[in-house]
Amino acid sequence: MSTVADYVSRIEGTCGAESDLIVNFKYEKKDEAIANILKKATLKNNLAGIIFELTYENRSFRLYTSGKAIFRGFLSKPELMDFLAKLLL
Amino acid sequence: MNTQAVRQDFPILNRQINGNPLIYFDNAATTQKPRQVIDAIVEYYTRHNGNVHRGVHTLSTEATELYETAREDTAKFINAKSPSEIVFVRGTTEAINLVAYSLGCSNLGRGDEVLVSLMEHHSNIVPWEILSKCKGFKLNYAKVHDDGTLDYEDFESKITSKTRIACLSHVSNVTGVINDVKRIAKVAHENGALMLVDGAQSVPHMKVDVQDMDMDFLAFSGHKMLAPTGIGVLYGKKAVLQKLSPFQGGGEMIKEVSYSQERCTVTWNELPYKFEAGTPNIAGAVGLGAAVRYLSELGMDNVFAHEKELTEYAYKRLRDCSNITLYGPSDLSRKCGIVPFGLKGFSSHEAAALFNEYGIAIRSGYHCAQPLHQLFKLESSARASFYIYNTPAEVDRFVEILRGLEG
Repeated sequence: MSTVADYVSRIEGTCGAESDLIVNFKYEKKDEAIANILKKATLKNNLAGIIFELTYENRSFRLYTSGKAIFRGFLSKPELMDFLAKLLL
Repeated sequence: MNTQAVRQDFPILNRQINGNPLIYFDNAATTQKPRQVIDAIVEYYTRHNGNVHRGVHTLSTEATELYETAREDTAKFINAKSPSEIVFVRGTTEAINLVAYSLGCSNLGRGDEVLVSLMEHHSNIVPWEILSKCKGFKLNYAKVHDDGTLDYEDFESKITSKTRIACLSHVSNVTGVINDVKRIAKVAHENGALMLVDGAQSVPHMKVDVQDMDMDFLAFSGHKMLAPTGIGVLYGKKAVLQKLSPFQGGGEMIKEVSYSQERCTVTWNELPYKFEAGTPNIAGAVGLGAAVRYLSELGMDNVFAHEKELTEYAYKRLRDCSNITLYGPSDLSRKCGIVPFGLKGFSSHEAAALFNEYGIAIRSGYHCAQPLHQLFKLESSARASFYIYNTPAEVDRFVEILRGLEG
């Protein structure tokens, strides 16, 4: 059974009070991760086919076709991991 | 300067990122390395690797020769009076920490003051904050104008007879603003204070003459000027360095350790070795030496002129883009090749990720200068920064992508 760790190579928090969380997907799983997310989330905007602006459970985020996603407003990495589990699995 | 010829020296510029040719605009964070630097390091490890100083065998002698040649070339590069004024450290951060701890532990206390500006990188704030809590001296902050330029009047008015050291970036890593450190050094010295200059964003990009500018300390990093990571320089005036206590203890930095009556008595080594405890980063210094020679051959006036021309071109093009906000001063006359901006509808990290999709590397966040971002009332900023291998065509591509987002 797949886990979030199968898809995610690293989550980096940025500096500051309202930090972004940057999710880097594993290279070999990025296409699958992107496909799973696109299946579940609602597409708000598609910039040149390389950046998807999405919403899921009232949260907006951006997904990049090179294998990144940037999330805002999460209080911690574990909270984001729970969210990613719903999106990816 | 022949940029196309320069580009041939940088193998990494042949890389494709996400199917696009790499455009590297993150030079204020770190620069790419020319073949000459890479070859010098490979040659060192392939033929000359040994530990430096006091070695009798051939490899040690050769390693020492290479290490000390790098020191001599670095001294010439910034016009230091003597190679003994060049202390090899890990980078700018360690250089500033060296000064802070060496000066702070034995020379600063209650009643003393240290002055920094609000545009400093955290590495020129945090060491002083830590020490001020330990030693009880007062840390003062000089103001910055709304456009990111230094408030000289405020800085100068805060240099008093209590000020022991004034610390200032030569070039802001956020805005690229060039500060008149010679002017500040004069006022500091008139008041009996020392002057420390953070040269991390200036030494790689312009001619810096420590004697002409009369600074007591200059800190800079190798990796921002074509050399490898993990090597940097603290320049200090000989007379000033001689008075300071060592920052770290260990091998190399001592002349003698003698045991008597259950105590060891330690005599420090001569300059600059007093401040270089332990086996140094020899290969890093060799790489720095190669980088300094490379830049010297190009000529630092040519390097500066190239970046200035590119920055002016970038601002001219970017001012026509409706979806970005340019931060910092509009007057480019005292500014380096750093372009801080915000992209409408994107956080700085989202903007950096967007450009990465097109193979363009820029930096995002606070750039380790949160107080300045607070002043600008910004959560963060995106930053494009140029160097010797960047071209107007790359700026055009950057603008083309921005234009594509406007609709």
